[in-house]
Amino acid sequence: MTEAGIVIVGAGEAGARAALELRECGWTGSITLIGKESRAPYERPPLSKSALVEESEPSPAFILDETKLDRLRIQLITDSKVSEIDRNGRNVLMEDGCRIPYHRLLLTTGASPRKLALEGSDTSGVLGLRSFGDALAIRSRLLPGKHIVVIGGGFIGLEVAASAREKGCEVTIVEVGPRILMRGVPLPIAEVVEARHRSAGVEFKLGIGLAKIELEGDRYAIILADGTVVRCDTIIAGIGAIPETSLAAACGLDIDNGIVVNDKLTTSDPHIYAAGDCCSFPHALYDGQRIRLEAWRNAQDQGIVAARNMAGASESYAAVPWFWSDQYDLTLQVAGLPDRAATMVRRESPDGGFQVYFHLAEDGRIVAASGIGRGGLAKEIRVAEMLIEREARPDPASLMNPEVKLKTLLAL
Amino acid sequence: MSQGWIEVCEVGEIDEEDVIRFDHGAVSLAVYRSDKDKYYATDGFCTHERVHLSDGLVMGSVIECPKHNGRFDYTTGAAKKTPACEALKTYPVQIEAGKVYVQID
Repeated sequence: MTEAGIVIVGAGEAGARAALELRECGWTGSITLIGKESRAPYERPPLSKSALVEESEPSPAFILDETKLDRLRIQLITDSKVSEIDRNGRNVLMEDGCRIPYHRLLLTTGASPRKLALEGSDTSGVLGLRSFGDALAIRSRLLPGKHIVVIGGGFIGLEVAASAREKGCEVTIVEVGPRILMRGVPLPIAEVVEARHRSAGVEFKLGIGLAKIELEGDRYAIILADGTVVRCDTIIAGIGAIPETSLAAACGLDIDNGIVVNDKLTTSDPHIYAAGDCCSFPHALYDGQRIRLEAWRNAQDQGIVAARNMAGASESYAAVPWFWSDQYDLTLQVAGLPDRAATMVRRESPDGGFQVYFHLAEDGRIVAASGIGRGGLAKEIRVAEMLIEREARPDPASLMNPEVKLKTLLAL
Repeated sequence: MSQGWIEVCEVGEIDEEDVIRFDHGAVSLAVYRSDKDKYYATDGFCTHERVHLSDGLVMGSVIECPKHNGRFDYTTGAAKKTPACEALKTYPVQIEAGKVYVQID
């Protein structure tokens, strides 16, 4: 029987960062990190971008390698599935029958790509993207001249589409909604993204659903709801992700669009924490409303806060939501939650390199900023993030005027 | 200026507490003007991934990577926040006759 230490289920960004932070903040007990993939924890953002287009065979960007694992005494168990959490005995039961006792347990189980389901169609060949293995499978299909259909006009789909165009594929994006990027991105920015894809030669089928997928030899015929047929070599679905909550639900933890945690990232069992894509948490900046994020930085920062709290701290997680997307030569960044705003004002950089929208609540509070372009965009969004954090009410005229340095608004 | 010193720009071309990109041959630098009106230079690309730091935000003596929020003290090159863990190379900077010079070895 080993001494009960900290057990982390899920070896993605949140889990790996938590393991690192536990040592950083002085936890000396054992750390066991359990992952279902065969690889050590690696970063996922490149999977839809450089891993697909790089000339040379890509290798994962590891967060933890063997040297680090050894030095920090982190036990990594790969290719492994947890079958059950025994909350009374504080044990994690593995599929191979092993029992691992825990003092504190962290669930960083992430999310899984939603699978395309279409009555009467065999969708088993439809590819999704989450793991490095998925990226390799997609990469092998992105050959010049091949026709790729991407189902879903969200970030994963659009980034894969941009990568496929870069590789010389023909690309069609099918989106059932009236426009791309319906979630969390204002219309004018979605329009810039769509225009950039169109100018790169991507074809869009917007506002139209799928009726059927038929196999034609080694190709597919996709029949759309209006009867249009799109023939292609590969179908890639980017239609959202579902939080991995099955283990948590099976042991009776509260679930509400993810594993329910409080602001300290504790679940309904005080010995169990959750972080990253799998959990929903109350956000102080948005009236304590429960949100769930699927974003790299959130996974990293929540992993870190959960680690500190498991080691005895009592930190609240209240970071401003933030993400970015790279497509072609464009970067898109969003800080905060634009859909919580009543109005927005626009700022364009003097050289026209980027535009930023500031999203304001009815009371004038800045609740989000979103932008697209090149160059100095990141600086503007970063300062906006600090304004959001401070619940500032900046003067809209100053926000719109590119001559006014945003930094000066922080001092007010 | 003696040998090895390369002219970057006029002083004042960099805003206070800001950073610009400076390319010289195969070398790409980030050149900073601090909030205390001092000038510094480091390698331009973040040690974590190939992202140029001149697109990032300068806060006091810290530069933050625009993509992954790794942080460095640009006056020493030291890594301050994950995912950055490897230090940035720094370069000597001098001001002469209203111009900023950097020494690239």
